Amino acid sequence: MTAEEFNEAFALSQFLPGPNVVNFSVVFGSRFGDAPGAAVALVGLMGPPLVIVTVLAMLYARFGDLEALSRILIGIAAAAAGLLIAVVAKMAAPMFAKRWNSAPLIAIAAFIGVAIMHWPLPWVFVGLAPVSVAFAWFKR
Amino acid sequence: MTDSPLITLAGYFALLSLFAVGGANAAIPEMHRIAVDVMHWMNDRQFADMFAIAQMSPGPNIIIVTLIGYHVAGFAGAAVATGAMCGPTCVVAFFAARTWDRFKDARWRISIQAGLVPVSLGLIGASAFVLARAADNNVYSGVLTAVTVVVAFNTRINPLWLFAAGGLLGLSGWL
Repeated sequence: MTAEEFNEAFALSQFLPGPNVVNFSVVFGSRFGDAPGAAVALVGLMGPPLVIVTVLAMLYARFGDLEALSRILIGIAAAAAGLLIAVVAKMAAPMFAKRWNSAPLIAIAAFIGVAIMHWPLPWVFVGLAPVSVAFAWFKR
Repeated sequence: MTDSPLITLAGYFALLSLFAVGGANAAIPEMHRIAVDVMHWMNDRQFADMFAIAQMSPGPNIIIVTLIGYHVAGFAGAAVATGAMCGPTCVVAFFAARTWDRFKDARWRISIQAGLVPVSLGLIGASAFVLARAADNNVYSGVLTAVTVVVAFNTRINPLWLFAAGGLLGLSGWL
């Protein structure tokens, strides 16, 4: 696979809904070996983590009430939340830096709909995505 | 929906997988809404715990659905939730990969891709908000989150160091 083919597979995975890395493994695998290739890539990506996480899930079910474990996890969760906020800030910076365009308004509307109003994601998506895509279509 | 938690898991996660533009991080608020607010499978704290475990685990972050599934219905729940979250989009990805060359330069495709970026940014922002509310239950954990934002925004530090620091602070009883 050339760098260009890699970039195209990556772009397609970003474009599709659902877990991007999972999509990428399917796109990547199918380029090499069609359906069997996709299946092998998917199993290779998900198999080992699934085993590990299932063990962790069992341990959590057994020991999740332990005070020490609970404390450690809450510290990690607080850090993970901060990490995600930093990711959002990095993504938002270029979008909000441009002169007036529709993108920040769409992003803020999606945020309010999901985080504040607690509307179901599919409704928010169906309400906003067509508007946002229409803006992108006519902007060019 | 019926009473069977497996069918509920399958239905919710299969639907969610098709609307999660931006991947696992965009899907967090909807998972939280379903697992905590609608189905009452777990509380805020348990959801934050599972997010933390998924972040620490190797592999894609979407693996949080495996934890939620196991919590709800054991091994069968873990398998069903993971399959529902990955199955539909894998099928879409497989067929899209075959036709991609034909439409990759089409105006409609470029418009859709550009149009979905702000939507997914808003969704990931909502994820961050939901998680911070679930994880930060006092001033100290709020400060830890804020410090992590500053460090992660301004440096290229490996996130595992931040998780380690957070875990140690938690263990020491500061949070």
